[in-house]
Amino acid sequence: MTQKEKAKLVPVSREPALLTERDADKSPVLECIDLGITFGGLKAVDNFNVTIGRTEITGLIGPNGAGKTTVFNLLTKVYQPTHGTILLNGKDIHDLNTAQVNRAGIARTFQNIRLFGDMTVEQNITVAMDTQMHYTMPEGILRLPRFWKEEHVMHERAMELLSIFHMEDLANAKANSLPYGAQRRLEILRALATNPSLLLLDEPAAGMNPSETAELMENIRSIRDTFKIAVLLIEHDMNLVMNICEGIAVLNFGHVIAKGTPEDIQNNPEVIEAYLGKQKEA
Amino acid sequence: MTQKMNKFNSLKKTTKVDFATYLGVIVVFIITTILQNNGSLKRSAIGLLVPICCYMSMAVSLNLTVGILGELSLGHAGFMSVGAFSGIVASQSLMGAIPNAPVRLAISMVVGAIFAAIVGLLIGTPVLRLQGDYLAIVTLAFGEIIKELINCLIIGYDENGLHFIFNPAGNKTVDDLGLSASGTAIIKGAQGATGTATIATFTAGFILVMITLIVVLNLTRSRAGRAIMAIRDNRIAAQAIGLNLTKYKLMAFVTSAALAGAAGALYGLNYSSLQATKFNFNLSILILVFVVLGGLGNIWGSLIAAAALTILPEALRQFADFRMLIYAIVLIFVMLATNNPQVKAFFQKLLPHHRASAEKED
Repeated sequence: MTQKEKAKLVPVSREPALLTERDADKSPVLECIDLGITFGGLKAVDNFNVTIGRTEITGLIGPNGAGKTTVFNLLTKVYQPTHGTILLNGKDIHDLNTAQVNRAGIARTFQNIRLFGDMTVEQNITVAMDTQMHYTMPEGILRLPRFWKEEHVMHERAMELLSIFHMEDLANAKANSLPYGAQRRLEILRALATNPSLLLLDEPAAGMNPSETAELMENIRSIRDTFKIAVLLIEHDMNLVMNICEGIAVLNFGHVIAKGTPEDIQNNPEVIEAYLGKQKEA
Repeated sequence: MTQKMNKFNSLKKTTKVDFATYLGVIVVFIITTILQNNGSLKRSAIGLLVPICCYMSMAVSLNLTVGILGELSLGHAGFMSVGAFSGIVASQSLMGAIPNAPVRLAISMVVGAIFAAIVGLLIGTPVLRLQGDYLAIVTLAFGEIIKELINCLIIGYDENGLHFIFNPAGNKTVDDLGLSASGTAIIKGAQGATGTATIATFTAGFILVMITLIVVLNLTRSRAGRAIMAIRDNRIAAQAIGLNLTKYKLMAFVTSAALAGAAGALYGLNYSSLQATKFNFNLSILILVFVVLGGLGNIWGSLIAAAALTILPEALRQFADFRMLIYAIVLIFVMLATNNPQVKAFFQKLLPHHRASAEKED
């Protein structure tokens, strides 16, 4: 990014509380400015302002129905925002559709797992590398050299990705035959295979037991370190959120009610109120 | 050694299964040819050989749309029709220029494939925005429209080239084409194509089946095939990993149409007389029955079902009036049997054995 473009970005509603020191001097990977969507008369998300640093793990928490998944759907253009701007790597993604947003650098997982069930584990990952392959359909049918070369490279990369979760042995298993936890992990790998700069995880630890969750935390950290990407995750497991997130945004009724470090959030009275209800005046 | 085996294991395994399929088709072709040459096949059976190849190719290509793309198409006979009549026109008009029948047949099949692909592209671009039942109904309508359009077509050929009349009112005849004395009419409206030189051969049918298999199987094992299957399994996730849905859906649909067009051209050139009404809704359903009976996405199943269900009505001729009744009953029993868990388990037991023996051969 040139100095000029960077200078243009800085004055935009920046949230220092959500930028780690490590990323402070780099341009943020994602900036949401007054982002919102209205369904009929209902403001599902309103004035969503969050900035995420280049290698930061950010948590998006809030009670059920607060609009967390709606934010993901806005970022990935499943819904077109009714107002506000999303800047991905400094570029407005207003005109892009879901597939183009992915190619621009946002990959996601789904709260209700959406794998390609009848395909193998390896195919689930290699299909996500499709946009990085170049051989054409006739080359694939005639099996020309470029087909073998690229398929080979993608196979190796898929195996490398599978090794993150020690799933190499499952490469040829059908995706819908995997146990629940493995399906969640495969979704993360499939998202990673698209080479994102921002990874959105929608309740990655849902349905996992404490030891699996602990392992997942390590994995998310190591994914961030290895691939040098930013992670934005929705999670109800507070242990996970408070442990690995460097910044947290709390959503309630479509509004961000608090932003900050895990310590800030834990002591924020508004957050406590949103989760536990208002304390009676003594 | 094991390291080497691990590398690329999955692609190798599917390649092996594919080669077993090719080998099976080749063996059946050789046996049939030998039987045909030493006279042990009945005349009626020999007459079925080319149609069986056409139906096999139709079934495998429809499997690409229904089994692999996962969209129900009820207009596959429409593409076959486009291929058949464009193939007939190509063959008849090139008769002077290319006297060599096999070469002309090959060119006609390519022409049939190209025309069917163009129609597939024109139909697919708007239609593939729909899904499920809606797509099925629109493709059904498309098949009927093609049938009616070709019914209105009068085409003739003389030394000045091709002459067309589009005759929706039904008041024009071949005489209106203005052909010179040496010219011939190729397609005569509702009468269809008559006087076609029947240049289709069983060998051509075999080659068509092989090409169809190679195209469909290799497409399925390539990035395009993976993308198409991903769209079938989960549209939303397919979009979320950056796949261009329209592109890949069209790719599957047009490839399927082109293969049906080539099969149609071969089919058309197997009969001296052919009417557009042959390619009606019933034929589309028949091909769909091949695909469903053989198993969605199962290429082997499509081949066997197409062959068996083409032979069956002929083999049942001795039952005269009860022929179609028995055909229907057999169909129901086969459907029940193939869905039976015990039968499935039996075939599952067979399969690993089959694979192990295939690996030994290497």
